[in-house]
Amino acid sequence: MNEKDLRQKAQILDAEGIRRALVRIAHEIVERNKGTENLALIGIQRRGVPLARRLSACIKEIEGSSVPIGILDITLYRDDLTTLSHQPLLQKTDVPFPVENKKIVLVDDVIYTGRTVRAALDAVIDLGRPKLIQLAVLIDRGHRELPIRADYVGKNVPTSRREVVAVRLMETDGEEKVLILEKKTNA
Amino acid sequence: MQLKGKDLLGLAEMTAEEIDLILDTAARMKEIISRPIKKVPALRGRTVVNVFYEPSTRTRVSFELAAKYLSADSINISASASSVAKGESLKDTARTIEALGADVVVLRHPLAGAAHLLAKTINAAVVNAGDGAHEHPTQALLDIFTVKEKKGILKGVKVAIIGDILHSRVARSNIWGFFKMGANVVVCGPATVIPPEVERLGVRVYHRIEEAVCEADVIMMLRIQLERQKAGLFPSLREYSRLYCLNEERLSLAKPDALIMHPGPVNRGVEISPEMVEHPRSVINEQVTNGVAVRMAILYLLTERGG
Repeated sequence: MNEKDLRQKAQILDAEGIRRALVRIAHEIVERNKGTENLALIGIQRRGVPLARRLSACIKEIEGSSVPIGILDITLYRDDLTTLSHQPLLQKTDVPFPVENKKIVLVDDVIYTGRTVRAALDAVIDLGRPKLIQLAVLIDRGHRELPIRADYVGKNVPTSRREVVAVRLMETDGEEKVLILEKKTNA
Repeated sequence: MQLKGKDLLGLAEMTAEEIDLILDTAARMKEIISRPIKKVPALRGRTVVNVFYEPSTRTRVSFELAAKYLSADSINISASASSVAKGESLKDTARTIEALGADVVVLRHPLAGAAHLLAKTINAAVVNAGDGAHEHPTQALLDIFTVKEKKGILKGVKVAIIGDILHSRVARSNIWGFFKMGANVVVCGPATVIPPEVERLGVRVYHRIEEAVCEADVIMMLRIQLERQKAGLFPSLREYSRLYCLNEERLSLAKPDALIMHPGPVNRGVEISPEMVEHPRSVINEQVTNGVAVRMAILYLLTERGG
């Protein structure tokens, strides 16, 4: 779907809202894992990557210790590669620590069908055997097609399948907000 | 961004954007090769058939590993052990392979244009793994990838290609490829093995290696095909070696951080001295590793049509 065929329906988070959600998630991650020992964050390309960096910075402020960050591109693990009209561009994967026995928190901007997370789970497990894998997302918009759920959610947003949730971050988009976009009706 | 054609036949017909796409994709693939478990599921259920009408170790093994790392099934057919030995034509062999369900056919053939002919005959993607003295695009792409990885840029980099340019498909593909990426290519060899009018491709010609390697960023030595020497293109291997062998003294004329490259297999002591092969600036082994990454990128980018 092309962005210009969409119109803005609502803004669900502004810059402050995003910041507060991330601070809360950072606290929850530390609480649930009883500190930062063996903890590592892996951001899913593209917007999961800046979110993972921000969470790591928040955790450092809370606990005083830094948590390593990895970058994961799940393209080669997608379940729709054989049906796409052309191969998607590959982005960088860079996980600079062994995942063996780590507590891994996957970070993404939106969870929708759950297929990206399914691919990410396979991709992480191909790198080694983590102790556990958790999932943090900024937005959960529902409509899961797989038995997958997030452990940490910034905001739950009920949506229809016709809508698009657009997360805009300073690092990738030059602005800071979360919007719901809706397909323009031709009626 | 995607490749324009269904096949990868040569660098002569590719654009700089397409070459960039392959280089960027190969950089991602190289990360996979560095993992303890070198496997991703991207090409599950696809079949890559390697058809080799000429002997080859590194190219064939490289394609085979590239397919396997991407989870494709790969099959090798060599001319001597197949129906080709019974007189089956290239087209008929290809149609048979396609009927067996190949998605990609990798072809090495002694005749120039064989891959182009095959590409027109079948619907599967065709990758040219060397056609006569014409092109060897995947070798050139891995060479370009290696230079870009080491130097950071390609524009303005001076690449000296030395040896039998006339009979070298590696040289021909590299000249086109490096030229399109903005590098400054010079070639050097005895006059009998420099193709006529090669300057029209945008390269400078030297007959003395000392002039060719002067201030070079990359020195690419070509294998002297020993069988050619019998054709009388140069008086003796000994003389060739005396005039053109890369050694410490000649290397010192290039830039201090110049790379030493060779597509292999190496004739030690003929075109390159043994010390140069092992030299800290030699990237000959990395070329082989990068070859797998580049071929993974090509297989990935060519298997895009769903089905």
